[in-house]
Amino acid sequence: MVTVTSPAPVEIERTESAEEVFAVPEPDVPWVTIVHNDPVNLMSYVTYVFQTYFGYSKDKATKLMLDVHHKGRAVVSSGSREEMERDVQAMHGYGLWATLQQDRK
Amino acid sequence: MPGHFEPLPGGGAAVALDDVEISIIRSLAVQLLELIGPGPGGDAPADPLAELFAEGPSEPPADPVLRRLFPDAYSDPEKAPDSPAQAEERRAHSAEFRRYTENDLRAGKRENALAVIRSLDALAPVDEGGAVLKLTPEESRRWLNSLNDLRLAIGARLEITDEDDTELLYRLPDEDPRKPMVMAYLWLGGLQETLVSTLMP
Repeated sequence: MVTVTSPAPVEIERTESAEEVFAVPEPDVPWVTIVHNDPVNLMSYVTYVFQTYFGYSKDKATKLMLDVHHKGRAVVSSGSREEMERDVQAMHGYGLWATLQQDRK
Repeated sequence: MPGHFEPLPGGGAAVALDDVEISIIRSLAVQLLELIGPGPGGDAPADPLAELFAEGPSEPPADPVLRRLFPDAYSDPEKAPDSPAQAEERRAHSAEFRRYTENDLRAGKRENALAVIRSLDALAPVDEGGAVLKLTPEESRRWLNSLNDLRLAIGARLEITDEDDTELLYRLPDEDPRKPMVMAYLWLGGLQETLVSTLMP
């Protein structure tokens, strides 16, 4: 369950609506952008996107691409939620299948 | 060389296309444009500011091609939600992301498809039919993006969801109704593969 570090709310009884549960921030846990494997995108194109958008070296871009291809997914960037939303939007712009999530270990 | 992009000295890329190839790419790009739609404001926005701040949709598109082009941002395809609350959280976050990004993403893909159509319409025909398409580096990037969108669209229509599906498509008998679409898919793959090699940093 989510840990609340702010002072305890005055209300004794709180209704546990789904909205309240996910409105609680977890600022210490970074977010990650994950690219998922898909049989349509060319390996060369995926490498090109990682180099062009993230500015990764050819070696790093190729390794990430191979992770996507063989393991089905790869974490391609990490940071704040806003940054990861930007990265995911950019990946969708390129046609890569990307999602973001908090990097819970 | 037909079916293959080659780098141009000083940047950009060129490919020789015959009339049939030109009409196939153009027709696919037009179909993609029609599928993506005219955008939030239509052809003549009454209020450009309102259009700028218009919210996009919350729900994933019903069409499988559009669902692939605009996937949920918060739904991990391999890890099912741990609880109904987490499922609801992912759904709500994906909906919010969609509201603020899908219009822009659609606009970007529309611009790229339009760039493809414009460059094909500007081609000067050569004697024996067909033409040599020459792209600037900027046009090459738009073409690369749009070729990818076209292949994703065809891939979704052909229901290519894993590597084995691609293998099966290579061995389709000639009389299979999917054969022409598969040929187009493979041919566009060759175009994209050679175009990306001209753009590699």
